[in-house]
Formats: sequence, structure tokens, C-alpha cells
Amino acid sequence: MYAFGQILKTEAKLYLRDRSTLVLTVALPTLILVVLGSIPALREPSPDFGGRSFVAYFTPSLLVVTLAMIGVNALPTVLATYRERGILRRLATTPASPLALLVAQLVLALAGILASAVLLAVVARVAFGVPLPQHPLGFGAALLLGTVALLAVGLLVAAVAPTAKAAQSLAIPVFMVVMFFGGAYLPRFLLPDFLATVGGYTPPGVQALLDAWTGTAPQPLHLGIMAVVAVTAGAGAAKLFRWE
Amino acid sequence: MPVIEVTNLHKRYGRTVAVDDVSFDVAAGEIFGVLGPNGAGKTTTVEIVAGLRVPDGGEVSVLGLDPRRDAARLRQSVGVQLQESQLPDRLRVAEALELYASFYRDPADPAQLIEELGLGEKRKTPYDKLSGGQKQRLSIALALVGNPRIAILDELTTGLDPQARRDTWGLVERVRERGVTILLVTHFMEEAERLCDRLAVIDRGRVVALDSPAGLVAAVAPEQRIRFRPSAPLDDRLLGDLPQVTGVSRSGTQVVVTGTGDVLHAVTSVLARNQIIAADLRLEQGTLDDAFVELTGHRLAD
Repeated sequence: MYAFGQILKTEAKLYLRDRSTLVLTVALPTLILVVLGSIPALREPSPDFGGRSFVAYFTPSLLVVTLAMIGVNALPTVLATYRERGILRRLATTPASPLALLVAQLVLALAGILASAVLLAVVARVAFGVPLPQHPLGFGAALLLGTVALLAVGLLVAAVAPTAKAAQSLAIPVFMVVMFFGGAYLPRFLLPDFLATVGGYTPPGVQALLDAWTGTAPQPLHLGIMAVVAVTAGAGAAKLFRWE
Repeated sequence: MPVIEVTNLHKRYGRTVAVDDVSFDVAAGEIFGVLGPNGAGKTTTVEIVAGLRVPDGGEVSVLGLDPRRDAARLRQSVGVQLQESQLPDRLRVAEALELYASFYRDPADPAQLIEELGLGEKRKTPYDKLSGGQKQRLSIALALVGNPRIAILDELTTGLDPQARRDTWGLVERVRERGVTILLVTHFMEEAERLCDRLAVIDRGRVVALDSPAGLVAAVAPEQRIRFRPSAPLDDRLLGDLPQVTGVSRSGTQVVVTGTGDVLHAVTSVLARNQIIAADLRLEQGTLDDAFVELTGHRLAD
């Protein structure tokens, strides 16, 4: 346990030292929000968005940016790098377990996502009057399940990619699918109904996040799918993961 | 009392035989070398000893324990320096050692180890800003930070410049003086000759010879050749009658004596008794390189 604490502490230091990744993963959605929010028209309430502004409508999709960046991009890259450079192997020769390093990375990814979500919600509220998530319990559940589902997908990528380069090239299509269906590239009202519906079921489940943010309880099916993705991808990762 | 016993070790990867049949014992406190060309099965052998791989056949015992079954206990007392094992770029020297020290029940003092390994001025330097030699020293420090009884060092000096290589050798000798048994994998003759008390020469997955470096040379190329210019006329028979001498010849003003065993001592004694000074005295011996070629039929590719 002491060793795990030390690993977590060290990995946290390394995470904070990597400024560019930190900005890209934690601060990027808030930066995009600030850019969009500075355009007056996007702050006007509109019937297109159920009487809300575009900014308020788009904020949950910005959360998808963080989830995709950390879960599908940063996490598998770090883990594949650690394996490629023999860091996991060296750890395997000591009394500490490489599993401790993996768990520490998951804890940090979760912390990064939470920090990013809090930053986004607070800036959206304070700067642009976007109400905080109206269904806190549902939002917490949707965010947690969506995060776990994406981290599991990220672990699966890390499990099958032999090198950091391979992890990145595997992660890119997954990342683009997550971003596209999450409405981060094109706002979801521009997507055909069919695609927007599909987006409710692809991790991290943007529809559940949007529902909970605007005050409706997320649909159990949306949440259930995330749980299934998390368990399936997680089990696959556990089976396929190699320390070297 | 051997601390490592390897008996008839066998390991395949698919249809490729990495280790065919390897046996050796390592005694407490010695520096034992595993020498052989690339792909001979050296690394696989020590990885099995370190408990990182499971053998397909044979027995391995380390400190009386089974490297697989008693892995948790052995990791406390066996330090391993792996080939091409790096650290995160932004991890600093002192942080790395303190982190690894936290894994062990009875670790060495990281600060002291940093000083001993000459990394005192680099304690706050991130890993990616270290030179090759400094990275290697840090890697050795990580293998030692748990106060191990056995250190396994794989291709310690590959990629280092000659000066860094010599410094690292000095370091390994100091580690042994602390009572640590060292299992050293190398494909450098000079390194094996300088450091190892005993050597297993491995070729194509088999041990082809096992002896001290001098013993290997003597067994394979026993002849020594002594050359000198005598300060006064010398009767060849004086030397030719010595039991250790196998031949005496002349090359210009030089006398060339060939022989075995302590031939040098025998020749210099005779010269001293006859008040002859041997000028430009040279002793030529077979080298480990010669021995290796003789044993395996090919040269160690460097």
C-alpha cells in the first residue's frame, strides 16, 4: 500500500510536469467554451435548442472532448510508452506490481476528467450563465459510467498496441468516432436523427450527459449500455494486456 | 554454497530453441559471467533466473527458492538491471531512487547510493537529460536500492563509450566488495576478462565452457611465449632443460622461449642465477578472444 502511494505520488508529479498534455486534456474544453462564448450570437437563447443558447446546448459535448482526450488518447499512449520503454518490465523485477502503476494511471485519468468537468461547469456557469447540471445525481452517474466506459476502451487500445506509435494510430479512429458521435466536431442538431440517436449509445453517452445537465433523469438504457461497454472492454483489456 | 543453481535449463519460443541445455552454479560473493554472442540465449537464461520467464525444462534455484513460486520473496533479495529498460523522461534521479526504495522492506539510503554512484550533481536532473553512462549508473542504482544479495546485470556497458565503460566496471567491483553476488551478462571479452571470477561461455543455447577467464585461456591456448634480449651470451640449453619450456629459438638478437605453466618464473630464475638481464622482456599469452574462437568456432561479433 505504501508502495502504491509512492507510485501514485510520482505519477501525479509526472502528469503535472507534462504541461502541454495537461492543457490539452484538462483545459481544452473550457478554452473552446470561452472562444465560442465570446461570440454574442451563440449566447442568445434559441428555439432550436429548446429555448437555451447554443453555448448551453454545446457544453456537454465539450465534456466529450476531455473524456476522449484522456480516456482514448492520453491513457493508452502513456501505458504503451511505459511498456515499450521497459518501465513495466523493470517494475516487474521489484516487489512492486506493474498493476499498481496501471491503477495509478486510472486514478489520475479519473482525477483529470473530474477536474476538467468541474472547470467546464464552473466557467460555463460564471461566464456564460449556463446553469449547472440540473440533475446532479443523474449527471454524476452518466459522467462516471461514461468515463469508466471510455477508460476501459482506452485500456483495450493499450492492451493490444505493442508500441506508443501503434497505440496512437489505433486510438485516432476510436477518438474520431467518440468525438463525432459525441457532437464535438459537428453540433448534434446538425447530425441526421439516426446519427444523433447512435451518439446516445457510443461512449461516453452524450445524450445521458445532456439530459442530466438540463434536468431530466438519464435513460436507464443509455446508462446500461455504458456499463456493458465498460465491462466488455475492461474484460478484453484484462485478458489481452501484456506487461512487455 | 551456491546461491544460484541452474540445471539443464531449456526454453523454446514456438519452434525456436532459445536455451537448449544450460547448467551452472554461482557461489556467494562471486562475479559470475555469462558470455556469448548475440542470440546465444544469455538474456533468456538470466530472465528465467530473475523469475521473468518460465522455463520449458530444467531446474532453477535462487537462494534456495524457486524463482516462479517464491517470486515475491526473491524480489526482495534479487536486484535486476535489464537490457534496454528505461524510465519516464521527466522522472528525476532522486525521485526514481526514492520511489524504488519504497518498494523494499530494508532499502539502501537513496541519497548515499546516489553519491556512491557519482550522480550527486544530477539528483534533480530528469531522466531524458542524463548521458548514456549516467542512465546506466542510475539503472544499476535501481538494481541495488533494495540492498539485494544478488544483482543480475544484463549487458551493462553496451552503448557506453570506453571511459564510461571502465567507470562502470570499477563500480561493479565496488558492488561486489559490499558482499553482493553478481550475475553478469556480457558479449564483451574485455569486460568478462576484467570482472568475472568465473565464466560460462554460451553458444547456441548451450554451455560450451565454464571456468575462470585465465583457466579458459590456459585450457584452450596453454602455450606462452617469452621474448627478450639477453645482456650476455646465453646457452640455449640452460633454458631448454627446464621442464616448463617446450622450445627455445632465436630471432636476431632476441631469444624466444615457448612453454607452459609458470614458465616465466622458471626462465627469469635461471637468468638471475646466471646474472643475465633480460632486456625488452615480453610475455605473450593467448587471449580470451582466442579461447572463444577455439571453443565456438567463430568470433564474438562486437
